Amino acid sequence: MTDQAYNFAYLDEQTKRMIRRAILKGVAVPGYQVPFASREMPMPYGWGTGGVQVSAACLTPDDTLKVIDQGADDTTNAVSIRKFFEKTAEVAVTEKTSEASVIQTRHRIPEEPLTEDQILVYQVPIPEPLRFLEPSEVETRKMHSLEEYGLMYVKLYEDISRHGEIATAYAYPVKVEDRYVMDPSPIPKFDNPKMESAALQLFGAGREQRIYAVPPYTKVVSLDFEDHPFDPSKAPHPCALCGAEDSYLDEVITDDRGGRMFVCSDTDFCAGRRAAGFTGEMTNTRPAPVDTEAMA
Amino acid sequence: MQTAVLDGGLVDPARDAAFAFRAALDALSRPGTIRQIDGAEAPAPCSPAAATMIVTLCDPTTPLYVAPSHDNEALREWITFQTGAPFAAAIDAVFAIGTWDALAPLGAYAGGTPAYPDRSATLIVEVPVLEAKGAVLAGPGIETKAQLNLPEVDAFQANRAQFPLGLDFFFTYGNRVAGLPRSTRVTEG
Ligand SMILES: [Zn+2]
Repeated sequence: MTDQAYNFAYLDEQTKRMIRRAILKGVAVPGYQVPFASREMPMPYGWGTGGVQVSAACLTPDDTLKVIDQGADDTTNAVSIRKFFEKTAEVAVTEKTSEASVIQTRHRIPEEPLTEDQILVYQVPIPEPLRFLEPSEVETRKMHSLEEYGLMYVKLYEDISRHGEIATAYAYPVKVEDRYVMDPSPIPKFDNPKMESAALQLFGAGREQRIYAVPPYTKVVSLDFEDHPFDPSKAPHPCALCGAEDSYLDEVITDDRGGRMFVCSDTDFCAGRRAAGFTGEMTNTRPAPVDTEAMA
Repeated sequence: MQTAVLDGGLVDPARDAAFAFRAALDALSRPGTIRQIDGAEAPAPCSPAAATMIVTLCDPTTPLYVAPSHDNEALREWITFQTGAPFAAAIDAVFAIGTWDALAPLGAYAGGTPAYPDRSATLIVEVPVLEAKGAVLAGPGIETKAQLNLPEVDAFQANRAQFPLGLDFFFTYGNRVAGLPRSTRVTEG
């Protein structure tokens, strides 16, 4: 043991045991939100303290950790969480999806398919998919226990009658293993099909004190209607830097005259394609990315 | 107090528990897979795998039921010293340890409530052999099918029928562990 001032992975052992027990129950009941006693972490809530606590409970010194913030490895948020665990949990770190054993993410699923040897940890702001329909926790628990999800479908159908399609583009609700309706965190709906994965997916909501899980190969179905099937489509552009037709894109400003282009939100995916020789129509420009997402 | 009570805990508690938890998590997330788990040594007849599960997951907040197969003074003292977990009757237990026959019947344990299905017991079942053959498993964590030598099939089918309520299981033998969450569908192999 070293004489460092903090415990391994920062949290004390009793806290980690409590979180670990909650994670195991989450795995046993896919999509169900397990309450846990969230701890103060040395970062503000908006920085993903739920995901950080789940990661802290899972990491071993043998892990290689990747942290992404809306697909990017190099934001302040991603860099500081990576450094935090590099120091406290003695893990190796990487920006390469394929090299990571644990990936903590805010609002994206990597483009590269995950493997059985990986765990994806999501930072979740609002874990309860029924919360905007019903403010009472007692009532939402009752609705989940009775599989009373009619109101959720009514809301989605109102979208269709108002906009001609389901307007929800982020945090698009899913049904897990034909039982629980679950909030996938504010990932774009483009990512929803990736939730049927070989990797274990764990979700941590710090402020709301909930942990939930989707085990590998679990059935995850985006809610829809026979006459309006779920459509995960994205903006109809290829990436301007790597030419990818099948990745999720961010819009970025290229100059001060309103010029803009679409580039992969998954920076590792895009860099990997460019390294392999793929090009896009603006491969030789280097724009300053801006955050175009409506939700922080 | 015998000196054996003081021995056999994790040598490097935080790191050893982290490795042990990952083995347990992997086992429960992929029913039918068998993982190595060790680090703790408890008095007989507790296996190193079960001892490591107990020190990794149990503490003063988790009542533990010790089934007759494992109910001896040396093991109780060891558990108390290493974890502080209070001993409880089956119905109040968060964890239970014992052989399959000694843990029966499953109806004795809490299977959670409709609002809180997580408030259910986890059984650590010591088995005489652990191998990936026998009963056929399907469900979350399993791509097509998996197999595990479960002690029987009916009890796990009855447990699955209660989903999302129900019990969760770890099977331990030597320094190995396998998991069976309530979500797994079990049929005869
Ligand atoms: Zn690209």
